[in-house]
Amino acid sequence: MNKTLYDKVWDAHVVGQRSDGTILYIDQHLLHEVTSPQAFEGLRAAGRSPWRLGANLATPDHNVPTQNRAAGIQGIDDPIAREQVMTLDRNCNDFGIRQFDITDRRQGIVHVIGPEQGATLPGTTVVCGDSHTSTHGAFAALALGIGTSEVEHVLATQCLVQVKSQNMRVEVKGGLQQGVYAKDVVLAIIRMLGTGGATGHAIEYTGSAVQSLSMEGRMTVCNMSIEAGARAGLVAFDDVTLGYLKGRPFAPSGDLLEKAEQYWRGLISDPDAEFDRSIELDADKLNPQVSWGTNPELVVDIDDVVPAPDIFDDPAKEETATRALKYMGLEPGTPITELRLDRVFIGSCTNSRIEDLRVAADVVRGRKVSSDLKSAIVVPGSGLVKAEAEQEGLDQIFSDAGFDWRDPGCSMCLAMNADRLYPEERAASTSNRNFEGRQGHLGRTHLVSPATAAASAIAGHLADPREFM
Amino acid sequence: MKPFKLHRGTVVPLDRANVDTDQIIPKQFLKSVKRTGFGENLFDAWRFNDEGEIGKNPNEREINREFVFNDPRYQDVSILLGRQNFGCGSSREHAVWALLEFGIRCVIAPSFADIFYNNCFKNGLLPIVIKEEIIENLFGIAKDQLALEVEVNLETQSLSIEAMDDIFFEIEPGRKEPLLLGLDDIGMTFMHSDQIREFEVRHRQAMPWIFDHD
Ligand code: SF4
Repeated sequence: MNKTLYDKVWDAHVVGQRSDGTILYIDQHLLHEVTSPQAFEGLRAAGRSPWRLGANLATPDHNVPTQNRAAGIQGIDDPIAREQVMTLDRNCNDFGIRQFDITDRRQGIVHVIGPEQGATLPGTTVVCGDSHTSTHGAFAALALGIGTSEVEHVLATQCLVQVKSQNMRVEVKGGLQQGVYAKDVVLAIIRMLGTGGATGHAIEYTGSAVQSLSMEGRMTVCNMSIEAGARAGLVAFDDVTLGYLKGRPFAPSGDLLEKAEQYWRGLISDPDAEFDRSIELDADKLNPQVSWGTNPELVVDIDDVVPAPDIFDDPAKEETATRALKYMGLEPGTPITELRLDRVFIGSCTNSRIEDLRVAADVVRGRKVSSDLKSAIVVPGSGLVKAEAEQEGLDQIFSDAGFDWRDPGCSMCLAMNADRLYPEERAASTSNRNFEGRQGHLGRTHLVSPATAAASAIAGHLADPREFM
Repeated sequence: MKPFKLHRGTVVPLDRANVDTDQIIPKQFLKSVKRTGFGENLFDAWRFNDEGEIGKNPNEREINREFVFNDPRYQDVSILLGRQNFGCGSSREHAVWALLEFGIRCVIAPSFADIFYNNCFKNGLLPIVIKEEIIENLFGIAKDQLALEVEVNLETQSLSIEAMDDIFFEIEPGRKEPLLLGLDDIGMTFMHSDQIREFEVRHRQAMPWIFDHD
């Protein structure tokens, strides 16, 4: 026995070989409105139907507004977005696919609702037409982001053709200091690896700092695996995983759970498993992280300054950094905490779960959002996260401070709806991508943890959350 | 899918590393429920100075003269020369559709992001991985010359450029074959239907909890 966790889940799903790769059986398929319409269109054109209906779960998330939701689909002002959400409705109805539609209280970001419902189970294969599907790897699952042709392929055949990745281990040693979170860990990892550093690899996150994370924290880490180019991110099964799953609607219970648990306990890498690559990170020394550039590897510590491009040896990176500084409107040498903000966004599949909202609320409690900001919004990851937060009174804490408390969806993470940055506006955002224009045409994004975002909203500039604790 | 065998075309050198799919086709164009109509908004935020929207007439927009795609030397291009980690970021297949519809049949780069690379093969766009030094050299020529013409031969896995030795590239045989023949991806898997059914029976016995909500 010398298999990694990734090897084990892979091996348990091999159906056969095709000339261009291995045919893998897919246990769970998540769908949303943006990458599915053309797949359904393809099915119809070929007269095909879904192979196993029960494997699919759909929800609209990318395009839904975060206000005026009582009006349902009619509340979507943008006619093209409305059409897309209606198309998902129609496709799910026509094919008989289970959907949490825009009016369902279980609706939310697809990567939040899968785990929340217990639909993401250990040792399974999970796919979705979305690159952040890597999130679900936190459950010792093999979770892969796929393109629309593959969405159609999975619908029709319940399989995905894949070439096996290499194994990489990222060990995070020690423990996190106060004010430092899972988001800081993953930003630091991407900073080390680079945006293409894990291409062709599946990363298993190990080490004491990962083990001591909650499932929410592990999801945050796995979520951003794709930002280092990894095909997937995984965390081994343990009691934390089991504790999270118990009692969730789609998770097994009773005898079935006992049987499942027996199998799940084996979802760890064997002690003598070999990894093609290993890297280490020391959590003890980690500070809150902030991105300053236009890709997620351009990251510094919160108490650092905007770097000069010539710190990069590689001319391509130096060029990227020069372009990033210009786009971001930054001068090398400026302290990060002097960067004034226009907006703050707390949300996205990286950081919109209940724990994220609790952390942010703790920072905000009894304080006021800076009057220099044009907006500060909190967008819960799902209707159920929203309800839970309201039960705990978190919505009140945010509203009292001057945050907008919104309805669930992807929102300003990719700005397909009305929540966005306007040209040259600067934002602290808990999302996962700071690409040019990602949060709005010519918008400037700084990726941070929920605590840092909350502290920055209070301060009106990027701020160290440890000063607010 | 459109087969890819032999293609001769002009090269556009896009000298940036980490070109992400958000740049190839910005999010506002993803609202379409169709597979077509993305070509005119390829690299929208780079090709135009004003903010793009679905339905905006490209002829009435303000063009960014600085961007290589708007350089008079690089019109009617069909081969894109790129840098490392091309196609990173979002899984949107719309990026591949936009490139194809714009007329790009082939992207040459030192490395590609995994999902983008996969998506290319599903649509008949050929991604070619070539060593950094050769890429560097090609950039030199493509930027100098009026227009660099390249003949891409998938069968022989080679690039022919006038007055140069042929450049050979690697490609997984299993990926080459379907592309040469333009095979239907789903059809290829359906040839294994029995195997899938047999696997499913075994899998259901081993992990019944996965099928509990069917
Ligand atoms: S929240 Fe952002 S990253 Fe996550 S699925 Fe939505 S758009 Fe993608």
